Amino acid sequence: MARTVISSATREVVIGGDQHFVIIGERINPTGRKILAEEMKNGDFSRVERDALAQVEAGAQMLDVNAGIPLADEPAILASTIQLVQSLTDVPLSIDSSIVEALEAGLRVYQGKALVNSVTGEEDRLERVLPLIRRYGAAVVAIPNDETGISFDIDVRFAVAKMIVERALDHGIPREDVIVDPLVMPIGAAPSAGRDAFRFLARLRDELGVNTTCGASNVSFGLPNREGINGAFLTMAIASGLTSAITNPLALGVRQAVMAADVLTGNDHDAARWIRANRPVTPEGEAGPGARRVNARRGGGGASGPVG
Amino acid sequence: MSDEQELDLTSLNDAELVEQMHNDLYDGLADEVAQGTNILLGRGWGPEGVLAEALVEGMRIVGVDFRDGILFVPEVLLAANAMKRGMAILRPLLAAKGAKPIGKVVIGTVKGDIHDIGKNLVGMMLEGAGFEVIDLGINTDADKFIAALEEHQPDILGMSALLTTTMPYMKTVIAALKERGIRDKYIVLVGGAPLNEEFSQAVGADAYCRDAAVASETAKRLVEARRAAA
Repeated sequence: MARTVISSATREVVIGGDQHFVIIGERINPTGRKILAEEMKNGDFSRVERDALAQVEAGAQMLDVNAGIPLADEPAILASTIQLVQSLTDVPLSIDSSIVEALEAGLRVYQGKALVNSVTGEEDRLERVLPLIRRYGAAVVAIPNDETGISFDIDVRFAVAKMIVERALDHGIPREDVIVDPLVMPIGAAPSAGRDAFRFLARLRDELGVNTTCGASNVSFGLPNREGINGAFLTMAIASGLTSAITNPLALGVRQAVMAADVLTGNDHDAARWIRANRPVTPEGEAGPGARRVNARRGGGGASGPVG
Repeated sequence: MSDEQELDLTSLNDAELVEQMHNDLYDGLADEVAQGTNILLGRGWGPEGVLAEALVEGMRIVGVDFRDGILFVPEVLLAANAMKRGMAILRPLLAAKGAKPIGKVVIGTVKGDIHDIGKNLVGMMLEGAGFEVIDLGINTDADKFIAALEEHQPDILGMSALLTTTMPYMKTVIAALKERGIRDKYIVLVGGAPLNEEFSQAVGADAYCRDAAVASETAKRLVEARRAAA
């Protein structure tokens, strides 16, 4: 079973089928957030600070950082954002851009082993991004599309994913440092999007032996109560082998789906985290009657233990 | 639906039937829309009248409610599908009469970008508004856009992008049009999640369209303005 280690200067996160599912917080991304885009462009990172801390507080084990702002100096803004976020929190980061110069600018300032998001199967992308991954000792998200675009045929997508893993190996990047994104389509426009994703995830786990991640909010595009769909999707995807997701940890439905799935896969040992997060709170508080006995040995055990 | 009432469309007068067709389009009932279209034609309506009063007006209502978050993507796709059924009946009649669409549009998602839901919705709304739409699909490069413009001679070029990395390609396409001296022959509309008005101006487009309903309104307005000025 593949285990992908991502780190900051002081903390490691392990992604794998026998680990807690890893939520990579998606909020630091100006795409479609016009106020955030405007602020970041003008050097105001106050919202980034709030988003970073709130997501970690809510249980994100990693944060995705994207600075894709139209008509702005993306490499410079991405590098400053990464430095800022690393000064606020010790969770490892995913450096997110489709501009290679921005990925490199991010890697240059990053402390630890980053996840780079992403490389596609297009020849020029492979030849520019993979040497960077190798040089900085990072891990990379692989997007299974090539020059011909993205195929709706899962077999074709699988072949592209396999090719990217092989090319990474050629560059000296181990298999466990390639995390494949199955590219989940919006279910509202493509009725087979769910079934295809689950089948593809199982093949990536069983036949290619890689970890997987995906943007788990895309699936519900154009539907109401997106959180309900996103939560159900994540649970089903985790059952099919998904080991991490770029999503919003502030959404309770998403967080609960992930924590419950970890109980059901057996990766939340003794359901300890689930119990910690869901133990009924007594009116008298943790020490009062009806509360769990407090034992100095256990270092707490109250209702609000850390998630992850 | 179990509580659905059997409704005899032939028992309605013209105004009631048109109203019912708006509701049937809204609910994506393709068979009912096709039936309503045939009934109006049978009562002596011309195809232009059926198109404008029943189908185009029905899709306008759908577009507004989609914009306002009342309808959702699958519902709009169903509505568009129902409209297509009505259009399939009207199209040969319109062609036989030599009726012209209100305008012609070439649209596509730009090179490097494979996102097409928004672009498809725009295409459907434009068709619903009475435009002829030539959809070049995804990952469209400048040569392909230009070849289609020269072949179809549309009023409008529409470009879509969902990625910050692919949106600058719109500028490449517009530059290629300028180089050939054909930029001003077309109204250029752009759209996609990461775009904004400022970007649209910076790349030299004529307008930024926030969503499918806005795209359809903008297309109608700019085509009419251009015709009035000509």
